[in-house]
Amino acid sequence: MLVAQNIGFAIIATLMIVGALRVVTTSNVVHAALWLVVVLAGVAAQYLLLAAEFVAVTQVLVYIGAVMVLFLFGTMLTRSRIGRQDDLNNSYWKLGIPVALVVFAAMALALANSFGTEKMPNDAAVVSTQQVSDQIFGPYLLPFWALSFVLLAAVIGAIVLARKD
Amino acid sequence: MLVNQFLFLAAILFCIGVYGVVARKNAVLVLMSIELILNAVNLNLVAFSLRNGSVDGHTFALYVIAVAAAEVGVGLGLVLLVYRNRRSISLDDLSEMKG
Repeated sequence: MLVAQNIGFAIIATLMIVGALRVVTTSNVVHAALWLVVVLAGVAAQYLLLAAEFVAVTQVLVYIGAVMVLFLFGTMLTRSRIGRQDDLNNSYWKLGIPVALVVFAAMALALANSFGTEKMPNDAAVVSTQQVSDQIFGPYLLPFWALSFVLLAAVIGAIVLARKD
Repeated sequence: MLVNQFLFLAAILFCIGVYGVVARKNAVLVLMSIELILNAVNLNLVAFSLRNGSVDGHTFALYVIAVAAAEVGVGLGLVLLVYRNRRSISLDDLSEMKG
């Protein structure tokens, strides 16, 4: 069981890293969006490995369902060329590589020092949707309300920004 | 399963997202890189939730997903507005603020 989990993790993680690298290196906007789907689906699968089924389902619904459609519409409406484009990177894009490596080195050092070879609990039960909703509508009700207003403001803001006047 | 394997995966995704934000010129691709970063954070939240045996991380992850959806909506609205005014979404062209 544990071996199977680790093999599954390794396969999904490899796919996710390859997909993420393709998102930031491909020279085709539509391909980047489709590779992003691979990464987001991989994240949903990792949530399932982490016994978070409600978050995994929400990830599929919101990200793969809604956000990706928004991205594809954004690509379409801004008439980015659908084929290859050679001018997607900045002139100083090479600067990004050392920045990312330094950030990763700092985080890797901190993680290796803090958690070492600590293991996840083996007997963790799958978190039920009821537990999550008890959290949202109990101790975290106030942020939930705030979030409702954020979404309302985002909907109105997007309409105001995008309409023709 | 180690705790660190999830945290390292999230760190790698985060750094790839940072690279994308720095290197990309197309505004839609920058928004996609921001999504990578937000997903890395969510993975961390859920991993710590399992490690600590609490449900708080799941709640936070759901809230982050909602905020990310709002961010993409407004962000793409802004990109469309920029495109309508300039016929281009290259971030290098937006240089009015330069002194």
